[in-house]
Amino acid sequence: MLARWVYLAFCTAAFVFLVAPILVIVPLSFNAEPYFTFTEGMLRFDPEAYSLRWYRSIFEDGVWTRALVNSLVIGVSATLLATSLGTLAALGLANSAMPARRTVMGLLISPMITPVIIAAVGMFFFYSSLGLAQTHLGIILAHAVLGVPFVVITVTATLSGFDQNLMRAAASLGAGPLRSFWRVQLPLIAPGVASGGLFAFAASFDEVVVVLFMGGLEQRTIPRQMWAGIREQISPTILAVATFLIVFAVLVLFTVEWLRRRGGQAPSGGD
Amino acid sequence: MVDQVIAETGLEASKQQARQRRRAVGLALPLIAFVLASFVAPLGTLLVRSAYDPLVADALPETLTLLRAWDGTSALEEPVYATAARELLQAREERTLGQIATRVNRIKSGLRSVVTRSVRKLRNASGDSWRETMIGIDDAWGEPEVWLAIRSAGERFTLRHYINALDLMRQPDGSIARQPEERRIYLPLLWRTLAISLGISALCLVIGYPIAHLIAHAPPRRANLLLLLVLVPFWTSLLVRTTAWIVLLQTQGVINSLLVAIGLVADDGRIAMIYNMTGTFVAMTHVLLPFMVLPLYSVMRSIPPSHVRAAASLGATPFQAFWRVYWPQTLPGVGAGSLMVFILAIGYYITPALVGGSKGQLISNMIAYHMQTSLNWGLAAALAAILLVGIIALYVLYDRVVGIDRMRLG
Repeated sequence: MLARWVYLAFCTAAFVFLVAPILVIVPLSFNAEPYFTFTEGMLRFDPEAYSLRWYRSIFEDGVWTRALVNSLVIGVSATLLATSLGTLAALGLANSAMPARRTVMGLLISPMITPVIIAAVGMFFFYSSLGLAQTHLGIILAHAVLGVPFVVITVTATLSGFDQNLMRAAASLGAGPLRSFWRVQLPLIAPGVASGGLFAFAASFDEVVVVLFMGGLEQRTIPRQMWAGIREQISPTILAVATFLIVFAVLVLFTVEWLRRRGGQAPSGGD
Repeated sequence: MVDQVIAETGLEASKQQARQRRRAVGLALPLIAFVLASFVAPLGTLLVRSAYDPLVADALPETLTLLRAWDGTSALEEPVYATAARELLQAREERTLGQIATRVNRIKSGLRSVVTRSVRKLRNASGDSWRETMIGIDDAWGEPEVWLAIRSAGERFTLRHYINALDLMRQPDGSIARQPEERRIYLPLLWRTLAISLGISALCLVIGYPIAHLIAHAPPRRANLLLLLVLVPFWTSLLVRTTAWIVLLQTQGVINSLLVAIGLVADDGRIAMIYNMTGTFVAMTHVLLPFMVLPLYSVMRSIPPSHVRAAASLGATPFQAFWRVYWPQTLPGVGAGSLMVFILAIGYYITPALVGGSKGQLISNMIAYHMQTSLNWGLAAALAAILLVGIIALYVLYDRVVGIDRMRLG
C-alpha cells in the first residue's frame, strides 16, 4: 500500500515537472510589470497587476509580424515540398519489390537523427557556395529536408495498414494506376499524409539552428526572433509570444490526434 | 510443352516483378535525389572543409615550393625572401593577407601581427636585399619558426584540424603527441558531453518509466488524459520550453522568489540554478523526457496485465513479479527510449546555449563558437565530423537494437 502511494506521488511529481513550466508562462505573460516572476498584486488577483501590454507590444513592433510572415512562408513551402516528395517515396518504400529498402529508409530518416548543428554547418558551407545562404529558398530547402523523415515515417506507417487488394480491385474495374491512386489510395491515406505534413510544418516552425547559421535579417523567423529576445533584451513580450506558441502546439496536438483517429496511423505512442 | 508453359509463366512473373521494382524505385528516386543534394552534399562539403584548405597554398605558391625544398633549420636564402615579399604584397592587394595571417597565427600564435605589420612596411621598402629588409622590419623573419608556420599553413590537404580537435599536437620533428594536460580542451568536452547525455538518459528513464507504466495500465479515458500531459510538452516549441525554465530557475525567477517568500532562502542567498550545468541538465531532461515516455508506453501497453498476476498467483513477491516478469518485457522500450534520448542529447545545441552559462556547454556549442566567434571553420568542421561519426555509430546501433523501420514519431 505504501509502495502504491510512493508510486503515485512520484508520478504526480513527474507530471508536474512536465507541464508546470509551460503553464507558468501563461499567467506571467499578462504581468503588468516588466518582471519574469509573479508580483504581489498578481498573487492577490489584483486586476491592476494584470495587463495586455506585452500582447500590444507584439503587434506594435513590426519585427514579430515580419517574423510570422517569414515563418509561414518558409514553413508552408518546406512542408509542401517535403510532403509531396515524401509521400511518393513512401509509396515506393511500401512496395515489397523495392530494393535496398532498409538502406534507403536509413538515408531518408538520417536528417532527423543528425544533430541540427552539424547539418546547419554543412549547409552553411554548401549553400553559400551556391549563393543560397541568406535567401528564403536556401532555408526552405533546408527545412524541407529536415521535415522529410517525419513524412516518410508517418506515411509508411499508414501504408502498412492499407489493404493492397483495394488497388487490385480498382485495376480490375479498369482504373489506371494514376486514377486508382487519386481516387482510391490517396483519400484513404490522406489523414496520414496530413499528419506527416503537420509534423514537417511544426518542425520548420520551431527550427532555429539552420536559420541562425544560414539566414540573414530578411529571414528572421519566430523562433529566431525568440532566440534574439532571450539572448539580448529579455522582455516579457516573448512570454506573450510563447503563450501564442503554446496555444498553437495544443491545436496541432489535437489535430494530429483527430487525424490519427481518422485512420492516419501516425504518431504519439503509436503501435 | 508443359515445361515451356512453366518457363513462360516464370518469364512473365519475373517481367512483372521487374516492372514493380522499377515503379517502386521510380517513386522513391525524387526524394532520394533531393536528400542527397540538399542534405548529404552539405555533409560532404563539411568533411572536405575539415581536411582541405587551399587559401594559403593558392596565395603563396612559389614561396611554398621553395620552402618545401628547405630542411627546416638552416638559414634561408635571398630568393625565398624575395618571392615571399612579392607574393605577400600581392595577397595584400587581393585582400587575402588577413586570412593568411590568421591561418599562420593558428599554427603559432603571435605571428598574425608579425605578418600583417611587416607586409604593411614592405610596401614602402626598397633595397637590394629583401632578406635584410624583412629581418630589419622584424627579427622573427630571421628565425625558422615563421617559415615553418607558413609551410604548414600552406598544406592544401591537412590533418591539422583533426589534430587540434583531438587535443594532439605536431612536434618539431613531425611526430604527433598529446597536448599537455592543462591545454586539452576538446576531448574533455567530448567526454563531458557523453557523460551528461548518459546522465540525462538515465534520469529520463527513472522519471519516464513509472509514468509510462501508469499511462499504459490506466483505464482508457484517464490514459488519454495523462498522455496529453506528455504530448503537450512534446509539441510545444523548444524555445518556449527553454524560456519557461529561465523564468522558473533564474535568480529573480519564480522558484527562487517562492523560496524567499516562504523563508527557506535569504533574499541575498538566492540559488544559482541556471546558467550552469544544473540549468542544462534540468532543461534538457524536461525537453527529452517525452522521447523516453512514448516508446516505453507503446511497449508497456502491449504487455498483458495477466502476466504479472500469474506471477503473483504463483507466489512471487511484487518485486519479483516486476523484476522477473514485467521488466524483461519492457526492455525493447527501454532500449529504444534510452538510445533515442542519448542520440538527441549528444548533439543538443539550443538549450545549453541558452541556459548553460559557461559551465554547461556541450560539444555542439564549441562547434558554434568556432563557426561564429573564432571563425576557425576548419576546426569547427573537424569537430562536427568527429561528432557525426559518433552519431552514425549510434544510429547503426539503434537500427540493430530497435530497427529504424520500426521508428515511430513520439
